Amino acid sequence: MMAATFGRFSKALVTSSRGFLRPRWLHSASGVGPWQQKNVPQLEETLGFLPSPLTVLSDEELMMKETVAKFAREQVAPLVSKMDEEGCYDPSLVRGMYENGFMAIETEPEYGGCGSTFFVANLVIEELAKVDPSISLLCDLQNTLFNTLFRKYGTEEQKQKYLPKLATEMTGSFCLSEAESGSDAFALKTVAVKDGSNYVINGSKMWISSAPQAGVFLVMANANPSAGYKGITCFIIDAGTPGLSIGKKEDKLGLRASNTCAVHFDNVVVPEENILGEFGHGYKYAIGMLNEGRIGIGAQMVGLSQGCLDATIPYLLQRKQFGKALFDFQAVQHAVAYLATEIECARLLVYNAARLREAKQPFIKQAGMAKLYSSEVATRVTSKCVELMGGVGFTKDYPVEKFYRDCKIGTIYEGTSHIQLNTIAKLVAQDYVA
Amino acid sequence: MSLKVLVGVKRVIDYAVKIRVRPDKLGVVTDGVKHSMNPFDEIAIEEAVRLKEKKIAKEVIAVSCGPAQAQETIRTALAMGADRGIHVEVPAKEMEKLEPLHVSKILAKLVEKEGGDLLIVGKQAIDDDTNATAQMTASLLNWPQATFASEIKKTDGELEVTREIDGGLESIKVKLPAVVSADLRLNEPRYATLPNIMKAKKKKIQKMKPGDLSVDVTPHLEVVEVLDPPVREAGIKVDDVEGLVTKLKEAGRI
Repeated sequence: MMAATFGRFSKALVTSSRGFLRPRWLHSASGVGPWQQKNVPQLEETLGFLPSPLTVLSDEELMMKETVAKFAREQVAPLVSKMDEEGCYDPSLVRGMYENGFMAIETEPEYGGCGSTFFVANLVIEELAKVDPSISLLCDLQNTLFNTLFRKYGTEEQKQKYLPKLATEMTGSFCLSEAESGSDAFALKTVAVKDGSNYVINGSKMWISSAPQAGVFLVMANANPSAGYKGITCFIIDAGTPGLSIGKKEDKLGLRASNTCAVHFDNVVVPEENILGEFGHGYKYAIGMLNEGRIGIGAQMVGLSQGCLDATIPYLLQRKQFGKALFDFQAVQHAVAYLATEIECARLLVYNAARLREAKQPFIKQAGMAKLYSSEVATRVTSKCVELMGGVGFTKDYPVEKFYRDCKIGTIYEGTSHIQLNTIAKLVAQDYVA
Repeated sequence: MSLKVLVGVKRVIDYAVKIRVRPDKLGVVTDGVKHSMNPFDEIAIEEAVRLKEKKIAKEVIAVSCGPAQAQETIRTALAMGADRGIHVEVPAKEMEKLEPLHVSKILAKLVEKEGGDLLIVGKQAIDDDTNATAQMTASLLNWPQATFASEIKKTDGELEVTREIDGGLESIKVKLPAVVSADLRLNEPRYATLPNIMKAKKKKIQKMKPGDLSVDVTPHLEVVEVLDPPVREAGIKVDDVEGLVTKLKEAGRI
């Protein structure tokens, strides 16, 4: 059903003289845009398809969403506090994630995956984040970063070797950031020196999620420093390779169940077959992957915000002060209405970016906007919810303080808000350049 | 002896939804309300799929009567492991008036048509709570019935079923073919995993109408009124037994 929709969608877009895809109605002789058309059939005639609301999902997407929501409600919810306190994922829960297919959503069935879509992956991330943004992160990183890199750039041999394991039991860790290079990612100092048919990797990575549990690492190292960032190459390194060690777990404000560690490479020998994709193309892969991955983070932030609001409103409806429920006070109503509107906006940005990417339309600007906006909405929503809940919002007995702590990383990781703004500005400017 | 198992699944209002009576007081609000598979039917499907995994059953067919959306319920059953589905189309308006007797007639005809060896259904649907379909279907088929099953074991040509009854548990043997109705503790239904939901897309759902099975769905019953249960009133505290007796007399109870 989705394929048909997007087939029709692409006919509705024509390439203007500047090579940008524009809706056909902009070129119609009568100059009548859809806002002036009253009849829906006319709209369909002009566009070549009937547009659907972004929040309307296909039957299959709904089924997937329901399944994840059920899993999150029944399996994840009881373990959230414990995982946050202990600072690690529950192993049986992680197994459940694999068994239910959440760790290989887009991966093709012949490699053990679900063969589903990017949009569904985002739905899964969103539903999980409503209950626990930490477990949602595990799903996001595995699907949008790790699996996608292998599926796009892996040789058949590499895919056969890793994708099935990544679908059933193995976690992957993506290693780009270092102590001295976060936003300035390409200033990375980890080097790979050729030695016969091997490369010897030396350096340290920082802020690596799930490092202690990972069975395989994708490491961005510079194999040709004289070429600057064009020497950055992506290496596949198995856990347990001599010289690879994991540093201590960071003691974080939020997303505490996710283990974040430094990873050290001390003369790690890697055969050249372990290069993912092409030599010196690592920087391209990183940018490409992060452009998509940030839609997933957008989905995580939307889920987080929604979960926080979902935990708050029942309390507001039930708690009484001055003889009436908190929600009966107009100030509270207005606050909630505003939060709900912001979450809806963020969700639409995320869904639209995901649909654009699936339709193979330009999506980078929208992806940046989605991540930027939804992470900022998350900070506003969670902060307000703690306030609305009053004293209990400040205690660990209620879930909102965790959402408040978890949301902060949203504006920081996978491209800080400043980086998003840079990207958006650049792309906006492109529309005005001849 | 590998059994062909049919399972009846019903699309009902989701158990977590707050039910509201319609303004015309002839039913409850269903428009835009979340629906899902009757929880006891989920248990029935789970049991059938487990029988298949134990190689006791060779095929599991999920059957549902209802409007177009009943297909979602069948697809959930397929995602849980049923092999194929049969959708008996009953438009939404008629669905409101569809009675257990109609469903029993439909199921009986289907079981005969398919050559089924075992029919499993949930013990009751959480919307009408009639707890009648399994029993009536067994009667129409002239098959033995084992209702409120909390455990099913297969022995040669027979089923040994533990039933939940008021006094505790009862164990009976029924000869196959038979009708079984699933109770709460029979099993814990599995999740429809994402890969299985994708695989379920390829499984077939056959469509038919009650007329194709020569079943007449003219209602025999008429709903006169649907009301909310009375709002629970606050109680009153009394100081002693005399006070209690006085109050009871005042209320005309004694």
